[in-house]
Amino acid sequence: MALTKTQFGYRRHSDQDRAGANVAEHPIVVVGAGPVGLSLAIDLAQRGQAVVLLDDADRIGEGSRAICFSKRSLEFWDRLGIGQRMVDKGVVWSVGKIFHGDSQLYQFNLLPEEGHKRPAFINLQQFYAEAYLVDRVEELPEIDLRWRNKVTGLEPHNDHVVLTIQTPDGPYRLAAQYVVACDGARSSLRQMVGAEFAGQVFEDQFLIADVKMTAAFPTERWFWFDPPFHAGRSALLHKQPDDIWRIDLQLNRFADPAVEKLPENVRPRIARMLGHDKFDFEWISLYKFQCRRMNKFIHGRVIFAGDAAHQVSPFGARGANSGLEDAENLAWKLDRVLRGISPEALLESYHIERSAAADENIRESTRSTDFMAPNSHQEARLRKAVLSLARETEFGKRMVNAGRLSTPSIYETPLSTADSDSWRGGPRPGASMPDAPVAGRSGEPMYLTDAFIRAGTGFTLLEFSNGAAPELPERLGNIRVGGNGGLADSAGLAASRYNAEPGTAYLLRPDGYIAARFRRPTRAALDAALARAAGHN
Amino acid sequence: MALSTSSNFAKPDDAFRAIVEAHRGLNDEQSADLDAALVLILANHIGDLDVLKEAIALAARRMLDASQQQQQQ
Repeated sequence: MALTKTQFGYRRHSDQDRAGANVAEHPIVVVGAGPVGLSLAIDLAQRGQAVVLLDDADRIGEGSRAICFSKRSLEFWDRLGIGQRMVDKGVVWSVGKIFHGDSQLYQFNLLPEEGHKRPAFINLQQFYAEAYLVDRVEELPEIDLRWRNKVTGLEPHNDHVVLTIQTPDGPYRLAAQYVVACDGARSSLRQMVGAEFAGQVFEDQFLIADVKMTAAFPTERWFWFDPPFHAGRSALLHKQPDDIWRIDLQLNRFADPAVEKLPENVRPRIARMLGHDKFDFEWISLYKFQCRRMNKFIHGRVIFAGDAAHQVSPFGARGANSGLEDAENLAWKLDRVLRGISPEALLESYHIERSAAADENIRESTRSTDFMAPNSHQEARLRKAVLSLARETEFGKRMVNAGRLSTPSIYETPLSTADSDSWRGGPRPGASMPDAPVAGRSGEPMYLTDAFIRAGTGFTLLEFSNGAAPELPERLGNIRVGGNGGLADSAGLAASRYNAEPGTAYLLRPDGYIAARFRRPTRAALDAALARAAGHN
Repeated sequence: MALSTSSNFAKPDDAFRAIVEAHRGLNDEQSADLDAALVLILANHIGDLDVLKEAIALAARRMLDASQQQQQQ
């Protein structure tokens, strides 16, 4: 922690000196400098937007909270210029093991194929991720990050929002064309717009402990059903940087939080889990959780993202990762709308795409939670049958649900152009771009995701060359695989992952999702697909 | 594919008998465990979610009929 800055100072801003109705006006105010708000602000700034980023605290929160960051999140952070720093610090893992009682049921590998720039997951304490994001923010003059600025009032108008902000120097007011609320599960902005936040409350309690130990445990996710050290319940062990291990223990519904949380009660249980007691507690927390989402992610000029908009159970790493997917989905759309090159209706696709993703995340994490903590005697019986069949059968193993880890959603969206050609694989419109290893002009190894970043921040055409150079619409980025001056696909993985033949082209959205694909794109078809993906329909 | 409710066994009595015999000597708790495993094994063998849902609906109709009969009494 020594080299990571986590404490920041409040600084008075000249906006606070304005009197009465003469409030400062900004295009975008982002509320909440967590992983989602910070990433969103950086993405917007890299697109040339000025962003005011407000946070009610003046320090990065303690405890490791979110720890698993997905391949998709790392690819997003690569675009923000901080992916490598996250990976360098993080613990890379892709193997998970599931135990029942005292023996292993099976193991899985989340990324069984080679040729991707980023691993399936890294584990990294949330405070590191936030600290690195803040470092990046400080390199970007477009972002005005104001600590100890707490939003206490919100006044909606047709084409702007006026916020009242409390600071150590007293309150001031600020106008914004758009406000993005990334202020977390207990979002005060959500209450200010009067939105409901309904869903399912889970009765089971979980105890999270981060312990420090230098032990020769493999870098894998270990999950136990009914382990000998915690009879009848489940347990999870996961490695983080700095010799910190995340331990998650399911408690029963009636456990007394105050008693369970006492180190003298937690310690013996964990000692039995690890087989020794040479560890120290970094952080202990007890939690219950809810799965819920807002009905509408957009309330006039106030847009909600991350935990403020949706909450899931922690099993599946779907909280922070889905919030980051919100940010990458929203940034380019908001940028285009503010520039006036897309209609405001483009923002509606943010709600359509990300609320469907939230539903998927809630469904998946609810199923995992119900499997771990069965709701009835019969559910417990069915789980017992699955765990027992898993020892002997492949289908049983596949039914064991100890958390289905976050993968990007495939969007059913008005921005996609439906396939009109025939495909035998490859990502369909609405899916995120698969990575593949390629080589640059002088033979330097790189990845398609690198080429995507180099192609610019707008729409990009990924083409598999057939010799002809298609006439491209203006301002369309270009990645050419094969042919003269194109990227070399010597292993053939790019072609096979995209089911490509010479002439095949994929139109990529600025967030790296597929908007359309063609066996032989015509200029007219490309123009139409681009217009649709930019919200001009 | 739709759920088949025509008679599929050459000798239905043998199939019924096989299931009955599997439960012989088990108490209610063990029988319920056996059924749970059997349901999962057979569901996987069918491997078609639509057929499974039809089968569940057909089975669940018995619960409905039973509760209606109770109400009438």
